[in-house]
Amino acid sequence: MTGTLAIVGFGLSTIGPGTATGLIFAAYINGVARQPEARSILQPIAFLGFALAEALALFGLVLAFVLK
Amino acid sequence: MPPSSADFIFQPIFGNSIFLTKPVLLVFLSVIVAGTFFTLSARKAAIVPSKLQFAGESIYTFVRNGLGKDVIGPEFMRFVPFLFTLFVFILTNNVFGVVPFLQFPSMSHIGFPVGITIFSYIVYHYVAIKKHGLKKYLTDICFMPGIPKPVYLILTPVELLTYLVTRPLTLAMRLFANMFAGHLLLLVFTLGGEYLLTSGLIMKVLSLFSFSFAVGLSFFELGIQCLQAYIFTLLTALYIAGALADEH
Repeated sequence: MTGTLAIVGFGLSTIGPGTATGLIFAAYINGVARQPEARSILQPIAFLGFALAEALALFGLVLAFVLK
Repeated sequence: MPPSSADFIFQPIFGNSIFLTKPVLLVFLSVIVAGTFFTLSARKAAIVPSKLQFAGESIYTFVRNGLGKDVIGPEFMRFVPFLFTLFVFILTNNVFGVVPFLQFPSMSHIGFPVGITIFSYIVYHYVAIKKHGLKKYLTDICFMPGIPKPVYLILTPVELLTYLVTRPLTLAMRLFANMFAGHLLLLVFTLGGEYLLTSGLIMKVLSLFSFSFAVGLSFFELGIQCLQAYIFTLLTALYIAGALADEH
């Protein structure tokens, strides 16, 4: 078997952000389900949180390329 | 050939000078495109706006109200030109990633995000130092009021690190990594489709799926590119707001 351990590292680094993204959207859906009129307020916050969490996984991807 | 980071390195356009490569050219192009667009949209400003003026003004209003007024507060008007330039510059450069024939987000070269991050780093520190004075600013960062003394042992290094290292690092890395990963994702599907085309008949049919995935993901990428421009500007606005606040 060939390949680099860096890819495994990237896989590990996605666990945290993956969970975080799930939690963010779970909270967003909960909020909208309870109070549908709050949707327009919650949407940008949810997407901001999503992008902030997603960036962490991408740091892992960049490092997987750097530490080849 | 599988896509790799080597796909992000371009040959110089003229002769051997390593200055003028495709990403640099795209950055120049973005300045020209954005400049022309907003000059044209603002030139014949009328009370009943034309379509072009409407488009230009909605982008401006979006930045001024959504990123300036709501985030920074009463003193926001001073920072609107900076935030607007930042937003438009990043947006145009990112969107180049899905524009046919250009198809390269120049922000996926780390140098450009680092450059604009240095700019906003200087701005938010300068604003804070001008407002509070260097001494008060540093004590505000190092010794947050209303906290038991032993906690400072942990809190002070963490806060210093946040303000001086982590914030600019994540700001630049977030934009760079998103554009890098997005472009790589598109490369995986287009190069994968190309590879399948060179294989047997069944594989040729399967390559259709790969190409249509690439098209679909291009639209997804467009969303991400706008989002990243928004987030970079939003975070800069937040840092400026933090620098202007009386209590840290």
